[in-house]
Amino acid sequence: MRITALVKRIIQQMLRDRRTLALLFLAPLLILSLMYFIFHTDDTSPKLGVVGMDLKIVDALQKANIDVEKYDHLSKKQALTDDLDGWLVVDDGQLLVTLQNDSPSKAKALQLQVKQALTTMQMDNAPSNAPTLAVTTDYVYGNEDTQLFDVISPILVGFFVFFFVFLIAGIALLKERTTGTIERLLATPIRRHEVVLGYLVGYGLFAIIQTLIVVLYAVNVLDIVLVGSIWYVLLINLLLALIALSLGILLSSFASSEFQMVQFIPLVIVPQIFFTGLFPLEGMADWLLSIGKIMPLYYAADALTGVMYKGFTFSDIAIDLGVLLLFSVLFILLNFIALKKYRAI
Amino acid sequence: MSTIQLTDVQKHFQRRPIIQNVSLSIDSGKIFGLIGPSGCGKTTLIKLMVGMLKADAGHIEVLQQAVPNYNLLQKIGYMAQSDALYTDLTGIENMQFFAKLYSFNKVERAKRITYAADIVQLTNALSQKVETYSGGMKRRLSLAIALIQNPDILILDEPTVGIDPALKLTIWQELERLKKVEKKTILITTHVMDEAEKCDELALMREGKIITHGTPTELKTLYNAKTFDEVFLQAGGAKL
Repeated sequence: MRITALVKRIIQQMLRDRRTLALLFLAPLLILSLMYFIFHTDDTSPKLGVVGMDLKIVDALQKANIDVEKYDHLSKKQALTDDLDGWLVVDDGQLLVTLQNDSPSKAKALQLQVKQALTTMQMDNAPSNAPTLAVTTDYVYGNEDTQLFDVISPILVGFFVFFFVFLIAGIALLKERTTGTIERLLATPIRRHEVVLGYLVGYGLFAIIQTLIVVLYAVNVLDIVLVGSIWYVLLINLLLALIALSLGILLSSFASSEFQMVQFIPLVIVPQIFFTGLFPLEGMADWLLSIGKIMPLYYAADALTGVMYKGFTFSDIAIDLGVLLLFSVLFILLNFIALKKYRAI
Repeated sequence: MSTIQLTDVQKHFQRRPIIQNVSLSIDSGKIFGLIGPSGCGKTTLIKLMVGMLKADAGHIEVLQQAVPNYNLLQKIGYMAQSDALYTDLTGIENMQFFAKLYSFNKVERAKRITYAADIVQLTNALSQKVETYSGGMKRRLSLAIALIQNPDILILDEPTVGIDPALKLTIWQELERLKKVEKKTILITTHVMDEAEKCDELALMREGKIITHGTPTELKTLYNAKTFDEVFLQAGGAKL
């Protein structure tokens, strides 16, 4: 039977390629488990700071399932350090709630909860003809028009730069390995560091152009929120592209075909997306968060959201930039070592 | 004087012995043929001599220097078994790229490219993309690139595979000329026995070992054989 011949051949080939087989069966489990842990977060109640507030109000807020922290005095800096989702103060006899608004959906929910709590309290205690307590709202980041896209777009910009540079560099290098040109190249008196730097600069030039196009388009054409400096955005993305480039080149030495290179996407790219902040990181288990901290995109996303949405300056993103720099140095060094496979010296 | 000297060289891959106790001396100004069936370890042995692989045991010297040695790479022209060419570039772009990896000034570089392209008769096809080349043209371009830095030693891994008889003759004539006029040492591998005849000296390889070596006439006399196929079969102890 010709069909059985075909089927048998396919089975033989699949069984030979253990890696593809493992990926086919195990990668979905990996991604699924990650998603399970990420979306299966504990319901955290929003954290609201109150300053010199009437106990009745505090009581009402707590009844509405809000985690209330009492302060005698509260500065904006203190509130952000304590990671409050918002804080409530009495200002000129009026209630003023300031929302951090780092996640618009969370901020809107908190705002609604506060309003409802206050309304319920008034209806219970006051005669119906009493003037209603007015609440004004202020925002730390963004404003009342902030949409989800404003917050996630900096992450998306970084992600696309990372993804495409990784894939293109990896496949280009893989082609050099399979056609033997890299071996031929190393039979000439070229130094290994010259090879690594040559590739980084050569493909890096295109990564820079891509980064420029993506960032300028996002900011100028799509009108994505950019509070901080565009130079920092470019700097972060360039570092990210450098990491993607060196990682792509490095991983291509563990792939023997384009197909196997593409297999790195669910293993290397997809898990990183989960830790960028596209999905809420609050309430995520500590062990899970520490996995995120070994991923370059985690730091890049943090820095990009910081600059583009929150208007962070250099000192605010210095740590992120430092970690990104360490990642690229590490991958570049590993590339240097990996080339020994093609030449003993 | 020997240009390439191997002493008790061994190489394993995943515990499988590929090269077993090979000792070999290749004299300068000779065409030395390394002959043996596919998979006998010819390419591995060559890569050890160039310094791309490191021997597990034994000692290799090229031009009186221990291998692997970075400085020797300038003096060895290497032609790999697969045509390691950038097929999306033109012939001349490929040559320019490799020429730039050796220390030449611009004038000298242009001269070397013209010379090398001329030898393999590719001058007219240089502006074409390599992907349009035939198999033979690709081999010739690979050979031209091996010649580009004017090396003292040429190490050619199956240089005449897929080349038509007329061009094969031209290439052999050029190899003879390189040996006689330019005093180059040439090491070639082949599994085609009729090429064995043209070498000054031969080593027959099988399963990672040198089974016999000498001049073509010596070998034929030794084994009382008319052709190299016979020499090979007898030296390998094959029973017909």
